[in-house]
Amino acid sequence: MRRPAFRRSRGEGPFRFATTGAGVVVLAIMAAIAVFLIVKAIPALQANTSSFLAEKIWTPNATEPKFGIAALAFGTVISSLLALIMALPVAIGVALFISHYAPRRLAGALGYVIDLLAAVPSVVYGLWGVIFLIPFVQGPYTFLNDYFGWIPLFAGDAVYGKSIMTGSIVLAIMILPIIAAISREVFLQAPRALEEASLALGATRWEMIRMSVLPFGRPGVISAAMLGLGRAMGETIAVALIFPATFDITFKVLSNNGNSIAANIANGFGEATPIGQGALIASGLVLFVITLVVNTAARLIIARRKEYSRAAA
Amino acid sequence: MAKQIEVSDLDAYYGSHKAIEGITMTIEPRSVTAFIGPSGCGKSTFLRTLNRMHEVIPGAHVDGKILLEDQDLYGPDIDPVSVRRTVGMVFQRPNPFPTMSIFDNVAAGLRLNGRISKSEAEGIVETSLKDANLWNEVKDRLNKPGAGLSGGQQQRLCIARAIAVSPAVLLMDEPCSALDPISTLAIEDLIAKLKNDYTIVIVTHNMQQAARVSDRTAFFNLAGQGQPGKLVEMDETSKIFTNPTQKATEDYITGRFG
Repeated sequence: MRRPAFRRSRGEGPFRFATTGAGVVVLAIMAAIAVFLIVKAIPALQANTSSFLAEKIWTPNATEPKFGIAALAFGTVISSLLALIMALPVAIGVALFISHYAPRRLAGALGYVIDLLAAVPSVVYGLWGVIFLIPFVQGPYTFLNDYFGWIPLFAGDAVYGKSIMTGSIVLAIMILPIIAAISREVFLQAPRALEEASLALGATRWEMIRMSVLPFGRPGVISAAMLGLGRAMGETIAVALIFPATFDITFKVLSNNGNSIAANIANGFGEATPIGQGALIASGLVLFVITLVVNTAARLIIARRKEYSRAAA
Repeated sequence: MAKQIEVSDLDAYYGSHKAIEGITMTIEPRSVTAFIGPSGCGKSTFLRTLNRMHEVIPGAHVDGKILLEDQDLYGPDIDPVSVRRTVGMVFQRPNPFPTMSIFDNVAAGLRLNGRISKSEAEGIVETSLKDANLWNEVKDRLNKPGAGLSGGQQQRLCIARAIAVSPAVLLMDEPCSALDPISTLAIEDLIAKLKNDYTIVIVTHNMQQAARVSDRTAFFNLAGQGQPGKLVEMDETSKIFTNPTQKATEDYITGRFG
């Protein structure tokens, strides 16, 4: 029998099978989780005697269950957005300092510390928030309320440590390391040729960063910010410790308000009835959808500039 | 305004490694000076000392004196940023800013010098692109990304970007080595035109190119691996290529080494 001249090499088949299998398993697990959550959530949503999307009450364990996602979703989004607004500029600054300003040895050490910060368990941040931050912020909040109360965010009759703002500050500190670490990696990859192009035009170091490094790093920084936002929205324990678990929708971030989907699940799951559990699972699905929307939006932002981003570097 | 450059006894280092040693030469205004020599002889390093780009590499430093007309480029109170605004540079690989349009690429240097009005910028961008022989090819798509142009066009865009800030000197570091012959010819024609207004210094590996475009040629060589590069001789291009005084120059231009 003649052997074919161009035999398929022997490792190919099993390897293809292994990689395809791994890919399929991930999708299957995702689908299984989604199906499980939906199946668990449906009975609760049917038992709900109120509007799930609009209601600002959460009493799913009562004989006439009433619960709605509005206040929780609002709290999740506003606390995470505030956290991102506070964390992003600092994270970019830290990343630029490490990648372009710090002497090499200091940069290495600092990068290591940042990575270490990312590894601190979230409950530690939460405890720090409760024990240190809540008493500490009273003074600064009073100042903001007194002098900047005309800004709706800082308005209100009194200020409280247990507020959206405090939760946002803790979230900001928690997401800072991941944003800084990714941004640093992106900035370090800025092509030398582009940096020299702006330097040779007579750019100062900051102008060089603005002309060459930041535009190049933009998609990466957006991705990092979205990862941070996702982490802030999903963060549970730290905010469950800090938020007073109210169900109001208010932009007065210094007032005695604040809650989030994840915090509400953590606080309520233990003593929930089956309907109560279903309600919490339904809220988890909403959180999942919100993060999906955020990620898609980020991808669209990045894709919009595609024509410019196939960098000839 | 084209200006004369006078270099005296210049050494350049990467950390503790001495890359070039004892360079003394005069570069005439409104002419093209070519640097030739084998790889590693320090001609690009020397070029980068002329606009203080050498020192942007960590650990790199320079010892010696470079006078631009009467100003010492390495004087104690001289800001390297202002030197680079006076001495422009074009690199080996075209490096337009990928996130900027053709227009913004040319205007990039202008905007560093403070705010300029839109009409003023439009005027300078148009003249610069015309001077770079690129205007007719891009005038209908100034808002398209510069990275979408061909390699030769990108290099002319980079030349337009460099001359938009009206420098006194234009340094070119092997500007054609990444280009095809037709684009190379376009750049060489452009160099011949630009020398009426600028002092041009070009590093090239291509000896025919040096013979074609330059008025004076400097030959660099190094004694051996790890030794610093030195200036062997510098003269009228016609003399260097027909009747050089040094044996090493003759060996190099006749292709015996390098």
